[in-house]
Amino acid sequence: MNEILRVEGLSKTFKLSRKQQQIERTDRKEIVAVDNLSFTANKGEIFGLLGPNGAGKTTTLRMLATLIAPDKGDAFIDGCSIVSQPEQVRAKIGFLTSELKLEDFFTPNYLFDFFSQLYGIAPEVMAQRKAKLFERFGIDKFAEVKVANLSTGMKQKTSLVVSLVHDPEFVIFDEPTNGLDVLTARTVTDYLQELREQGKTIILSTHIFSLVERLCDRVGIIIDGQMTHCDTLEGICGGQSLEDRFFDIYKAKKGGME
Amino acid sequence: MKNNTWTIIKKECARFFGDRTMLLTTVIMPGLMIYLIYSFMGNNFMKPKDLGRATLYVQNMPESIHPMLEALPLDMVTEGADFEQLRGALALKESKFVLLTFPEGFDSLTAQYDPLSGLAAPNVQLLYNSASESSQQAYSMVSSTLNAYESTICNRFDINASEDGMAVYDLASNEDVVGNFFSELIPMLLLLMAFTGCMSIAPPSIAGEKERGTIATLLVTPMKRRELALGKVLSLSFFAMLSGLSSFTGMMLSLPKLIHADELGMDANIYQVSDYVVLLLLIFSTVLVLVSVTSIISAQAKSVKAASAVMAPLMLVVMLVGMIPMMSGTNVANLAYFAIPIYNSVLCMSQVFAHEALMAAVVVTIVANVLYTVLGIWILTRMFNSEKVMFSK
Repeated sequence: MNEILRVEGLSKTFKLSRKQQQIERTDRKEIVAVDNLSFTANKGEIFGLLGPNGAGKTTTLRMLATLIAPDKGDAFIDGCSIVSQPEQVRAKIGFLTSELKLEDFFTPNYLFDFFSQLYGIAPEVMAQRKAKLFERFGIDKFAEVKVANLSTGMKQKTSLVVSLVHDPEFVIFDEPTNGLDVLTARTVTDYLQELREQGKTIILSTHIFSLVERLCDRVGIIIDGQMTHCDTLEGICGGQSLEDRFFDIYKAKKGGME
Repeated sequence: MKNNTWTIIKKECARFFGDRTMLLTTVIMPGLMIYLIYSFMGNNFMKPKDLGRATLYVQNMPESIHPMLEALPLDMVTEGADFEQLRGALALKESKFVLLTFPEGFDSLTAQYDPLSGLAAPNVQLLYNSASESSQQAYSMVSSTLNAYESTICNRFDINASEDGMAVYDLASNEDVVGNFFSELIPMLLLLMAFTGCMSIAPPSIAGEKERGTIATLLVTPMKRRELALGKVLSLSFFAMLSGLSSFTGMMLSLPKLIHADELGMDANIYQVSDYVVLLLLIFSTVLVLVSVTSIISAQAKSVKAASAVMAPLMLVVMLVGMIPMMSGTNVANLAYFAIPIYNSVLCMSQVFAHEALMAAVVVTIVANVLYTVLGIWILTRMFNSEKVMFSK
């Protein structure tokens, strides 16, 4: 198997402001979001990070996307370090999350060109890719409508396409179907499978069991910033449903449900 | 009813006093800023000006007035001066004297004159140059002394009377008068307008992108942070420059009307193309500095609103700095002053308007401003690189 991602002891701690301390009802000054996380992903697979809200999935993905820097540890995407070579990493990955917004003022057509230029895509390649992706997601029907006037689903499709302008080999997807209607969600998950067929690697985070069961080749379960299990779906479930297995693991880790 | 009002007041107070930024920018900063700036200005720029002693040249000095004029803090010359030549020299704004001419036999003329006769009273001529502070000051002293004497002898003479309206006693050239007027007012207005321009341009572009989450989309592209900072500052400067150009044009076209220049016999067309070129260069370099500062504030702020709130007291600072040349004059020779950001621009623009600008000062100002901009872009790059700044909630 061809390893494309290697995560080595990634850790991230956030300082809590006094306000946040009050909200969390704690005296701790810091919160450990990701605690010494290590795993690998192979080329051409969909790897899922599964865990409850606040487990550290998003923080992990943001570190991999070089938006934030780890306190300790490192990760290598196709041989490039997220710590020392962030620009090379950014050129290799497509990162998609609901946090990344597009400017309301512009049209999908303009934004596709704008981001293509930032990635240094040649004009002919850009035009070809745009035609293909816009058709695939039906964006051609609203390519000249300002983002402000698009529906949530249309916006999400546009964001997805914009994150793929450079045809990345490695796609990081935070909560891919969150907030989407069933039709758009289906379009997105279908496309992820298409990407896998093209040999791309996808790492996604989710708390939806069915999504993992339907899409992921391998799964890492994250609870409280630590990876408790990391294996193929069958390896983790061992005949149980993923949902049942997850709650067994959760109880074992936390000592009962809160 | 009353209770509800009280409830609303309590909630507003909780909101206002609970928001530390709001409290800081609306209550604490203005007073603190004014205190600091005025104290600083008082210590460094507002020392009483030492204009030196002006000279009072007198022709036909009458016995009656001699002691009064002698008491003034002026050097007095009563004999041997060439008034024709001095009159010519008084047209220069560097002149430091006034020319006082009494009619021959002034004392007997005033004694004989009957104010009820309807005839013209003996006229005392006091020539001065209003563009020279020294000459203007001497003029005020001498004319008030003469006025005081005039009232003790029942107005039996006139000072600078002008029967036909043609006599000219203020020898300042149109160019100097207009130049002085422009140099005091316009640089501050230009600076303020440039700052207001930046204030409305930088926050939406930087704090707005942060607030709306669109900057993160840019930050995941392989673009260098420096390229982003440079692109932002240069384009924002271009917009601010357009805004500044618009205010400048409007101001230069409307000011003569505002001050009724025609009626005062002033002509505003006293500047060369080269003056305008220098002014534009100065404005552009100033805009770069202002954009850098406002961009950094916007990058630090969590929202457009927060950025604007911080800029309000800053505007006060800019305004006060803009007023320094108005109050302490443009006569600054030490080139180090032209390295102080914002002050250097106002001072240099004032000097251009007053036709006093030195090439070296202009160059130092522009170079300093460009260097400050480079520093600003460096800081902004660091901020774009900092997850604390970019993703703080």
